[in-house]
Formats: sequence, structure tokens, C-alpha cells
Amino acid sequence: MAEEKFDCIIVGGGLAGLTAAYILAREGQEVLLIERGNYSGSKNMTGGRLYGHSLEKVIPGFARSAPVERRIVKERLSCEENGMLSTVEYDSSKVSTPEGESYSVMRGKFDKWLAEQAEEQGAMLVYGVRVDDVILRDGKVCGVIAGDEEMESDLVILADGVNSLLSHKLGLKQQTRQDQAVVGVKEVIGLKEETINERFQVASGEGVAWMFSGCMEGCDGFLYTNKDSVSVGITMQVENIHKTSYSVPQMLEEFKNRPEIQALLSGGSLLEYSAHLIPEGGMDMIPNLYGHGVLVAGDAAALCANLGFTLRGMDLAVESGRLAAQTAIAAKEKDDYSAEVLSDYQAALESSFVIPCIQGAEACRSIVESGAYKEEPLKAFNDIMEKQNIR
Amino acid sequence: MANKVNVAEKLGVNKYHTDEHNPHIQVDKEYLDRDEIERVVRVCPAALYSVDDNGTLFFDYLGCLECGTCKVLSEGKVVEDWNYPVGTKGVEYRLG
Repeated sequence: MAEEKFDCIIVGGGLAGLTAAYILAREGQEVLLIERGNYSGSKNMTGGRLYGHSLEKVIPGFARSAPVERRIVKERLSCEENGMLSTVEYDSSKVSTPEGESYSVMRGKFDKWLAEQAEEQGAMLVYGVRVDDVILRDGKVCGVIAGDEEMESDLVILADGVNSLLSHKLGLKQQTRQDQAVVGVKEVIGLKEETINERFQVASGEGVAWMFSGCMEGCDGFLYTNKDSVSVGITMQVENIHKTSYSVPQMLEEFKNRPEIQALLSGGSLLEYSAHLIPEGGMDMIPNLYGHGVLVAGDAAALCANLGFTLRGMDLAVESGRLAAQTAIAAKEKDDYSAEVLSDYQAALESSFVIPCIQGAEACRSIVESGAYKEEPLKAFNDIMEKQNIR
Repeated sequence: MANKVNVAEKLGVNKYHTDEHNPHIQVDKEYLDRDEIERVVRVCPAALYSVDDNGTLFFDYLGCLECGTCKVLSEGKVVEDWNYPVGTKGVEYRLG
């Protein structure tokens, strides 16, 4: 491989990396994507819910062939105060355009599918290889190093996830602080499809996204219906471990032991236990998004928005992958991969929904943090639903 | 006080490609701040950190979910070095 030089090497086969690979390969570029897991998705997890609008731009009608679990038609929010749990439900079934839809997904299946689509476009995907470093010459990124192998390219896209060790090594990203990261822990509980339909009062193919707030000190709970399983979990800002005597696994157990949760999960069996960090540091956490010969996308770029009761990261990852690819196409045309040319990527993110979404998140969060929703939950909930609708 | 949770049993349903010879996380077992150690023990979703009666810290990297929470919490203190397992190794999410 030493003599071959790629147009672009992408580190990380998640949604950002795969979207970039898909587009660049479609445009005829020589693309190599390197994933450390044995297949795309094998190291990834989500709560989770994918808002379809950004992938819709890349692969129109993707949900017809992609392994989505259920189309989200109900959003529920439960808030507890003084031991009383109130629940509001938002009807998302009226969404009539594919751009407005969202789906519960499982990354182990979904990313694998997206990887197949990228390969069909001609992208070269290599699995089971951990990239250890980048090749740096005179301040320019010229490729990547994995073990004792070096691979060269005009451009490297770092889509290596929330813990992006490479962007840190390159000095693009600061060390993540405790107040910037949220840990998500999830169990996937297998249940019959009909049982889920009955318990959540949905039809086959339709699902629920359900957030629980204020039930426990320092953490929130979530439930998502999949086709024949339910994802149940908690999220906790890492810093909050100082405020509790519970362990993270205990928090999840406490949440699962709530009678209303038990009723929904009873008879189910544990299929998988997973954990992941979520970059929730807002604008402050976003690293330098470009350098000479390098772009940063997806979770590695901390492109995630906490909109009070919902979290968006995957649709932002897809969009950032698409915009990174667009920037790469323009750079190849100019035969110029300088930081100046690649800075167009940041401008593109700013004029897309991505950066406004992250900025808008602060407005949503302040509604939650002010506690206003407790007095007028319906108003606050609708307000947030409105505000979070940034596409 | 919360119940004891059998996390090992939960990890037991997961699929791993274990790498018995290459710990990808280096822990400072001589670290003295008990409170800091106690927080790392509690924050790990896989409950892989433990302290025995003598206050000795144990860490079993094999069940790691590769989330990076201990790294972020520890800021280089208890967790001295954190990397991903080498390619192909570690947890393999079938569902994710």
C-alpha cells in the first residue's frame, strides 16, 4: 500500500465517516476508510433515535431499505417532582415528509448497512485496524499510521468518535472536561414485537421515544422502542458523580426498578449492555475543525446538541460528514488542501443547521434548567419541541 | 442505599474479542486519594474498578465498554493512560 496515495483517508466508520466516504466515492475519489472494529457499528451505540433529514439529503428514501427499528410517532416526557410523576406526550405521527421523520436505530445494524452503501459507491473500507497516529510533515497532515504501516493521502478526515485521540494528538482538540461529557448506559431488552406494540400502544413499525427527568439526582432516564426490543438507559454528566453516592450501574438499576418501567419491561431478557460518552459541551467543546490536510467530523468534533429533553448527535454527524466531503471535493478541484481552503468546512457547518442547532440547544436547556417546565409543563414542552425543530 | 448490581452478569451477554496480553488502559495503583479512587470505581459503567479492604485498587480491562468515562473523570490521575484496544479487539456491539 506504500506507493498508493489516496485522495482521502477517513478514520472511523461511524455515521460521519461513512457519509463522507459514500459521497467522496460517488464523486469518483479514491477513498480509504479505516475502522478499528470488525465491522462498522461494532464500537458504536446510541440511545437512540436518528433524525432522518440529513441522511435523506444523501440517500433519499433511505429508511425504506435501511435497518431502522421503528418510526418514532410518540414522544413522551415524564418529570418527577416531590415523588409525583407527570407525563406529557407529543404526537409526532403527523409529520408528513421524510425530512421530518425520526427512527429508533441500532448502530450495530445501521452502520453496517451504511458501510455497504459506501462500498457500493466504490469506497475502500478496512476493518480491524486501529489508527495510532497521523503522518505530519511541515505542519501538513499527509496520511495515517497504524502499527508499523503508513498510508498516505491528500486529506485525512478524523471521524474517530467522542474520545478522538487523534485530534487531541494533533492539537486540534482539548482534553474533554468532566462538565462537557455525559455518560450514557443502556440495556437492550428483548421483547416480542406484539408485546411492545401492546405495552406502548403503537402499531408495528411505529415507536416511542420517552425521556424521564428529575427521577434521580444527577441523571436522566430514557426508553426507546425498537422492533423487537426496548432500549432502556440513563445519562449522567460525568461531573455529577461527585453529587451522588450511587454508582452508574446502580443508577440504571434504580431507573429500571421503577414500577412503571418494570411493567413495560417485564418478561424481557437482556440482549446487550453498552455505554458511551456523549459530547455535550456545546460550542465551547468544538475543536478546531480543520488544519492543513485534515478535517474533524461527527462526535470527534463534538457536534452534538442537548435540546433539553432530547439529544441530537447522529443527524449532526451525518451532515458534518456530508459537508466534509463537499469541502474535500472543492479542495481536490483546486488541488489545494491548505487550511485556508479547508476552512470552508467550518463556514459550511455554520451556515448549515449543525452549528445553529448546537447554539439553539442553550435556549432549550435554559428552559429545562430554570425549572419553568414544572409549573407549566405543557407550555414548556411545546416550546422545546418547537425550538428543537432545527433542520 | 442502592442495591449491589451484578454488572459482570450483564457484561456476560456481550460479545468480546479479548486481548489477554495488552491492557489498553493503564491505572496508577499507587494513587493515594481514596475519594478520587472511589469516584472512578462508581463511574465505570462496566464496574471494572474495585478496591479491596486494604484499599488496593484493582482494574480488569477485559470487560471494558470503551466509553472513556474513566478517562474524562480521572484527568490523568488514577487513569494514567487510556487508549482503544488494538484493532479487532475489545467489545463488539451486535446491536449498539
